[in-house]
Amino acid sequence: MKRLNRQKIAPYMFISPFFLIFAAFMIFPLGFSIFLSFQKWGGMGTMQFVGLQNFINVLFSDTFFVKTLMVTGVLLVFGSFTQHIFAIPLAIVLNSKLIKGRDFFRTAYFLPVITSAVSVSIIFQNVFSMNYGLLNYLLSFIGVKPIDWINWSWSIPIAVSIVINWRWIGWNTLIYLAGLQSIPNELYESADIDGASTINRHINITIPMLLPIIFFAVTMSIIGGMQVFDEPYVLTTREANSMGGADNAGFTSAFYILWLLRRAARYGRGSAVAWLLFILILIMTFINRKVINYFQGDRVLPRRIRRGKTASKIFSTQMEIK
Amino acid sequence: MPQQPMNPPAGHSIERPSLLYMKTRRILGRVVLYFILIFFFIIFAYPFWHVFILATRDYQTIYKTPPPVWFGKIETFRTNWDTLFDRIPFHRNMFNSLGIAVFATGTQIFFCTMAGFAFAKYDFKFKNILFPFILISIMLPRFLWLIPTFQMMAWLKWINTWLPMVIPQIGNAFGIFLMAQFIEGAVPLDLLDAARIDGMGEFRILLSIGFPLSRAGIAVLGTISFVFSWNDFMYAMIMLNKEEAYTIPVALAEMNLRSEGVIGAVMLGNALGLIPILTAFIFFSKQIISNMLAGSIKG
Repeated sequence: MKRLNRQKIAPYMFISPFFLIFAAFMIFPLGFSIFLSFQKWGGMGTMQFVGLQNFINVLFSDTFFVKTLMVTGVLLVFGSFTQHIFAIPLAIVLNSKLIKGRDFFRTAYFLPVITSAVSVSIIFQNVFSMNYGLLNYLLSFIGVKPIDWINWSWSIPIAVSIVINWRWIGWNTLIYLAGLQSIPNELYESADIDGASTINRHINITIPMLLPIIFFAVTMSIIGGMQVFDEPYVLTTREANSMGGADNAGFTSAFYILWLLRRAARYGRGSAVAWLLFILILIMTFINRKVINYFQGDRVLPRRIRRGKTASKIFSTQMEIK
Repeated sequence: MPQQPMNPPAGHSIERPSLLYMKTRRILGRVVLYFILIFFFIIFAYPFWHVFILATRDYQTIYKTPPPVWFGKIETFRTNWDTLFDRIPFHRNMFNSLGIAVFATGTQIFFCTMAGFAFAKYDFKFKNILFPFILISIMLPRFLWLIPTFQMMAWLKWINTWLPMVIPQIGNAFGIFLMAQFIEGAVPLDLLDAARIDGMGEFRILLSIGFPLSRAGIAVLGTISFVFSWNDFMYAMIMLNKEEAYTIPVALAEMNLRSEGVIGAVMLGNALGLIPILTAFIFFSKQIISNMLAGSIKG
């Protein structure tokens, strides 16, 4: 009986340190943040309850917020979503049995993921520099005039996107690789017998079968892309009061929250921005789910199954002929 | 009725492409694949090379067209080294980074494995209420915590110490999720029951069966936690605002911001900051990549 008791108490003992910290540093601050978003507070003095005023101000009379949303949105499209256009084909190539040394390439592609955004951004600052940078040097061969990548407002988003892509393509490639390995081989065998070309096989089998993984990876990209800060900060900061370089072209929403915290000391507004951003992430994830469902539910999947059936029918008739 | 000669199904011609054609096609396909792979390999690997060669170069040769592609002189490397340690307390920053990473990783491994073990191998009343909490919090973006955590740490007077970097990591939801998932499959229940019959206490069971059997999971969590802690910038920048308290990324970003003509020293600092991470990764890369591949298939 005593032993049984011990067995009952043990799990609570095991989880209690974790949950004490989890409650104190995860759940409590989250609640405090909601509370703060309804207050006007600069860190010192008393708080002043302002109701929904923070949210209303941020949404309707805060030009910075709109600006940062646009910057974040552009980076989301060119930085976070573009990764998948590279990562899926790369994963397919890396999954090909024709390739030797796949482990080597997998490891090498994963390296940028583990390096810090600060290191990477400092390196790329050098690559992007106007008169002696590697990128402008390479571009000069095809007759492109030097571009001041990280000092001009139109090229800052491009430069930041390049860095984000560079850092995260390997991560997504690995996720898609895992997805590819779970696709049953029979589908490809029947497509072979169907005489499908390589590109056809990937459009009709690989992509539809990858859809759940694509949902997962794109959702991760949305969450990551909406809070991008390190790369634009290091790339565009020239002075301590920086707000994202020329024309605030690198002033992302997460950067804005940090700016409200450190430079402006407006914690209420900062918390409101954070929660609005979070709601935006939820909406985007929901849309992503809907889009994936649309492709998976109504269109591509049935066709794939039909194709699979015809293929197996042909397969069986051929067997009979033999 | 006379027998008709059998026709192949539509779309399949009897004439097969010649063997030579198939062979060239296959070789050509392989060449194209390798070309793509090597192209991306250069793009992903070159910046690492770049940082190591620039660390040995001086102001004049870095700012030249074309940019240098090979190491500079040993003297310039020494000059860069001296500049780096003169300009910022780099050894302190290195010590901070290492200490924080080691403590954060150690505590996280211990407490998350312990809690993960409880979730994976015991039945208790609140399990089905508590676990979803953890899952939800993984999906929440980190900026939600930025302002309240800063306020908390300021109130606790933990700013500029290692504590805000280490203590909250014990409650890392991702860590417990990873370990619970891993222990579920890695530790057989029968073994635990056998140990109980032998009279082992629950904590002894955790220490002498739970931990050793989840070594591979610990390796993955440890590497992820180390890398994350080492690379963290936004959070560290808020919690640490004295030069002596900076971690490597914060110190480098600050130095880079104020640097005129010390780009070689910044790159040297960068290279030194990359070494622990690259070592940790090369040491554990096989385990991480294969576990990630296996993990996603299960999930």
